[in-house]
Amino acid sequence: MEDVLPFLIGGLYAGGVYLVLHKSFVKLIIGLIILGYASNLMLFTISRITRGAPPLVPEGAEALVEPYADPLPQALVLTAIVIGFGIQAFAIVLIKVGYRIVATDNLDDLNTTDRLDD
Amino acid sequence: MLLVLLIPLLGGIFSLFFWMDVKRQKVVFLISTIAMTLAAINLMRSVLENEVITLQSGGWDAPFGISLVADYLSTFMVLLTGIMGLAVGIYSLGDMDRARMRFGFFPLMSFLLFSVSGAFLSGDIFNLYVWFEIMLISSFVLMALGNTKAQLEGAIKYVTLNIMASIFFLAGIGVLYGLTGTLNMADIALRINSVPDEGLITLAAVFFFIAFGVKSAVFPLFSWLPASYHTPPVAITAIFAALLTKVGVYAFIRFFTLIFTHESLFLDNLLIFTAATTMFIGVLGAAAQMEFRKILSVHIISQIGYLIMGLAIGTKLAITGVVYFIIHIVFVKTNLFLISGIVNRLKGSYELKKLGGVYHTYPFLALLFVISAFSLAGFPPLSGFWAKFALVKAGLVSDAYFLVLVALATGFLTLYSMSKIWNEVFWKKKPEDETNLEVETLKKERAGINRQVLLPVVAITVMSVGVAIWAEPIFYFAEMTAEQLLNPEIYIVNVLGVAQ
Repeated sequence: MEDVLPFLIGGLYAGGVYLVLHKSFVKLIIGLIILGYASNLMLFTISRITRGAPPLVPEGAEALVEPYADPLPQALVLTAIVIGFGIQAFAIVLIKVGYRIVATDNLDDLNTTDRLDD
Repeated sequence: MLLVLLIPLLGGIFSLFFWMDVKRQKVVFLISTIAMTLAAINLMRSVLENEVITLQSGGWDAPFGISLVADYLSTFMVLLTGIMGLAVGIYSLGDMDRARMRFGFFPLMSFLLFSVSGAFLSGDIFNLYVWFEIMLISSFVLMALGNTKAQLEGAIKYVTLNIMASIFFLAGIGVLYGLTGTLNMADIALRINSVPDEGLITLAAVFFFIAFGVKSAVFPLFSWLPASYHTPPVAITAIFAALLTKVGVYAFIRFFTLIFTHESLFLDNLLIFTAATTMFIGVLGAAAQMEFRKILSVHIISQIGYLIMGLAIGTKLAITGVVYFIIHIVFVKTNLFLISGIVNRLKGSYELKKLGGVYHTYPFLALLFVISAFSLAGFPPLSGFWAKFALVKAGLVSDAYFLVLVALATGFLTLYSMSKIWNEVFWKKKPEDETNLEVETLKKERAGINRQVLLPVVAITVMSVGVAIWAEPIFYFAEMTAEQLLNPEIYIVNVLGVAQ
């Protein structure tokens, strides 16, 4: 598993960046979502994966016996997914309203606020 | 310490109960912000007695629970948050339009203050991430509130780049957790010394550098700021300018004095390069603009450069300068934005070309502007002079001549951009080419000065002059803060308990 996941994460990062660099609003959002997945997976992988060893203290023992899975990264990823979901929901609504009011699907057209003399 | 967090949270929730009743929302907001400021003053008093106060939430001892830590730096940032929230809140009572108030301006402001003070007090990197997200979502909504075309254009860029920053932040947390196996900042600071591979620490540092760099708008990552800051109503811009970028700077200071203290030529050079380019390019951008608020917005970037410069030099004197600079810049910058809002109320425009003659009609307003603008440019004896003096002296003492040169050039260009505003808005004669019809329509839109908008401006001006007059005690406090920051042992011992 640990040999496969880094490549998957790299692929997700690459795909996310590729999509964010597009001009379309929708691809921008999808790119951001994929980048979020990549980071979550990275957080999960980098804190070492242990399979099939729940962190439960066996009966009669005082403390955990190695090897056991670290529960904290899973909690972190879960929190990050929930937060990411909220942010993405907002971003999608923003893009929708933006599409309606600015009336373009081209990010390059969003330059009126950057102009020097308007 | 919990009070400074609970009060704005409860204030926000209570004003949600009065969703249709803007008047009650105003009352709730004012009461909760005043109470929060008082709680922050109280917290400051007890921190001055005890150096560092920690609160282990949920009763779990550090490093297992989430710690809230109030040291000198966090506490005065929280106090500034309260004061600025109050000042901008009072301003918005007189300036914010009804539509935006009805769509939850006051609850959002409360949540923003809540999350910003939470970010200052957090002692846990993942908790800090969560505070950042709360701050982001409330600032996203404030930015887009009102749905004008310009706001949405700015908001799309702001949202995109800040989501990217969060993604980098999360990746950095992953790397740091993988290296040290803990999330508590004090515990990380202890354990990071035993990590064998310094390259990986630098990697984690670069992740955080990008994340905080976007939030605080340093050189290659600032492009969301000039695109978005001038689009929402001026009260929202003012509170953003006062707090949001400073949270990024706070995170920079915290991480690079507590966690990433190892010798790394790459990081040192990165900080110096960022500081110099941020200062200079920010001020060049400001000098090129021809719109009141755009000049001020772009100019925020160059001020961030000064703060990073102090961090890059890293001596006690430099950090002292940074602390004083933060106090100075929060007051002055917010004030300039609020004054630009008043000018807009009087003249119906932010364009320098359309403005003029304010000095003749409103000399008092011109005086307020001059104090803030010259303070920003660093005229003695105003606060900007002392802030820059400390930083430049720190640079000279530690032979950072290049940074000092850039800082002085930036100061000069700041003077140029401020005097441009002065000439165009206050000094020059009113443009004659306004046709009568335009004047008539303008008169209807012009809102005039009322007490709510003038009071905070006068109050902040008085406070920023006070920062200059009582420079010595404030420098004394800044020095204590710097000493605490440069001796992370104090922080670590207080968070983890004396036994460690």
